Amino acid sequence: MTTTVPPAPPTTRAPAHAAPSGASDRAKAEQRLGWYLAGPAFAVMLLVTAYPIGQAVYQSLFAYRLTDPENRRFVGLNNYAVVLTDAIWWQSIATTVLITVVTVAVELVLGFLLAMVMATALRAIRPVVRAAILLPYAIITVVSAFAWQFAFDLNSGFVNSWFSWIPGISATTDWFGSFGSSITVICLAEIWKTTPFISLLLLAGLAQVPEVLQEAAKVDGATWWQRMWRVTIPNMKAAIMVALLFRTLDAFRVFDSIFVMTAGANGTESVSFLAYRQTIARLEVGLGSAVSVLLFLAVVLIAFGFIRGFKVDLSQARGEK
Amino acid sequence: MRRPWRSRLAAAAAAVVAVGGLAACGSAESGPPTLTWYINPDDGGQAKIAASCTAASGGKYTIATSTLPREASEQRQQLVRRLAANDSSIDIMSLDPPYIPEYAQAGFLAPVPPDVASRVTQGTVQSAIDGATWNGKLVTVPFWANTQLLWYKKSAAAAAGLDMTKPVTWEQLIQAAGKANTNIAAQGRRAESLTVWFNALLASAGGAVIAKNSTDPTQIQLGLQTPAGDRAAQVMSEFANSGREGPAFSTAGEDESVAAFQAGTAGWMVNWPFVWSKAKSGVKGGTLSQSVVDDYGWAIYPRVDADKDAAPPYGGINLGVGAFSKHPDLAYAATECITSTANQKDYFLTNGNPASRASVFSDPEVLKDFPMAPTIEQSLQLAAPRPQTPYYSEVSGSIQREYHPPANVSPATGASTTELIQAVLSGRQLL
Repeated sequence: MTTTVPPAPPTTRAPAHAAPSGASDRAKAEQRLGWYLAGPAFAVMLLVTAYPIGQAVYQSLFAYRLTDPENRRFVGLNNYAVVLTDAIWWQSIATTVLITVVTVAVELVLGFLLAMVMATALRAIRPVVRAAILLPYAIITVVSAFAWQFAFDLNSGFVNSWFSWIPGISATTDWFGSFGSSITVICLAEIWKTTPFISLLLLAGLAQVPEVLQEAAKVDGATWWQRMWRVTIPNMKAAIMVALLFRTLDAFRVFDSIFVMTAGANGTESVSFLAYRQTIARLEVGLGSAVSVLLFLAVVLIAFGFIRGFKVDLSQARGEK
Repeated sequence: MRRPWRSRLAAAAAAVVAVGGLAACGSAESGPPTLTWYINPDDGGQAKIAASCTAASGGKYTIATSTLPREASEQRQQLVRRLAANDSSIDIMSLDPPYIPEYAQAGFLAPVPPDVASRVTQGTVQSAIDGATWNGKLVTVPFWANTQLLWYKKSAAAAAGLDMTKPVTWEQLIQAAGKANTNIAAQGRRAESLTVWFNALLASAGGAVIAKNSTDPTQIQLGLQTPAGDRAAQVMSEFANSGREGPAFSTAGEDESVAAFQAGTAGWMVNWPFVWSKAKSGVKGGTLSQSVVDDYGWAIYPRVDADKDAAPPYGGINLGVGAFSKHPDLAYAATECITSTANQKDYFLTNGNPASRASVFSDPEVLKDFPMAPTIEQSLQLAAPRPQTPYYSEVSGSIQREYHPPANVSPATGASTTELIQAVLSGRQLL
């Protein structure tokens, strides 16, 4: 906690005691101040995050159906065994990983291009460009999912008639009828919706690249590509990693598009959708909690993997999300 | 200057919320009690009945309606979640029959007073009474009863030379659609409508999803691995691979079927009677020409085997009274008003939802607007309910998972579904 509080300049606070004990007093005071400042937020976090997580962990140890509370019984880790040995769980993991990898990879490239456009657009049209690029992110995910569903729907959609010149697309192409085409539409909707988020984070990163480095490279005769690869991107590494981390965590919890478009048919079920179906649709609170806890662990694993593996400095992203 | 303006707005909003909350508290105390009726979305018929029953109560109660989600499974999710938390604001509920055993078994329904039970079942078609019953006891009040018909275009039947006044089988339909070069609209989507179709096929073949019922999930015996189960799977697969099932069959629900039937790409369709109201309102709204509707014909649901009766799907809505309601007696009085013969007839006429009381079907006004009313009544007498079990959503969900896509169904599907349902009910597998 104390490391994030910048040390006060010595001139502003006169040490009341002798040097060694005074320094420790100040450190203590700072620590206390840190707790005072962060305490309320910490308490709120505990209340709204830790409590539900704890509740889910506790409930995952029971066989518990919401309509049959009398027969609730302790089963230990049995729910986890059921989940982890079930093909559905692994299939939903595979689907989720596929959606995550595809969308995050495409969004990173697209988002970078859009960030460049936003950064270099003429001053006069810059606000318009930024607003246009950010618009999809302002739309509620369910609404955007419905928009994409209607667009590709056999009866209400325009995609089949507009793109019928592409081989394989005809008036009767059923986009939501098979795994490949449904996952394509789901990924498209996700990419359209969240690329602005990545480009926003990358735009902040672009702004952090010191102009002097660019100028020095220019003077040295570096081409545009060389400046991009040797100057811009290495200096943006932290921003790129933070953007990747946030989006990966977000993408791993994909729910809305699947719920609206396929309801999990044709193997398009994600892990969050599986948790939703066990808990909310089947009312099997115990099993559903086990799925939720496993999803939580997967997200924690990804976060740690990123932070340890790529040495992401989260403080870079403060105030950006 | 922005900040003060904003904070003033926030203060005003907070005040509005606080006053609104107080007002809500106050109104609960004075005046006649308000009964909340959770309704499924319709064309405004239930809200109208609520208003007329409020007026008819003579100040004893006021009925307020609250609309549930569109899908039956989502209606159940919302109601069950609230009832599990002992929500006393749920007085009356419009319930989809297959889920009624679950509510009854969980103790979510206030017991039906014997006098009410005898009055509301008088003159009611048997399938509607069966659908309102669990463990031999009437647990809900029959409101309206639904059944699927076989809709056809007279022109298509004429082109195929198929006599629609006689019972037809699925095989005959596929052949006729081939001759007339048209499709048959059915519901192959992975949703409740797939269970509805499969159950009708299985029952028509002489089988039942649940062979021996039990309230203990591990003791339920299934009837999918039977000759009837094999036959149902065979018909399903033959239909889905016939080339006459229409495009996007594996994602088609009731609305998609109507669209195909109205557009003329399907010459036959199995569907609920709402298609008739929809066609008429289409003509009124100018989106459908009268000649298309004049071409509509209707018959009893197709048979699986020529020598066995059809078992059309049964649906509809029954009224349950919440176990935690503060006014169960008034709520039951209200359900009697809601389900009166006059209201059922009115609801049929305005919303196209068939009555559960038999006398309505021979009413001249009903016959004028719904010339298929006698066919509906006949179909209701034949109709087979979906499996009655407190674990209906597990059973139906397993069927939807294994029998979808219908084109891949084989007799082996019966075995795999039996295994899945048993594993799911005993908590050994996810669904």
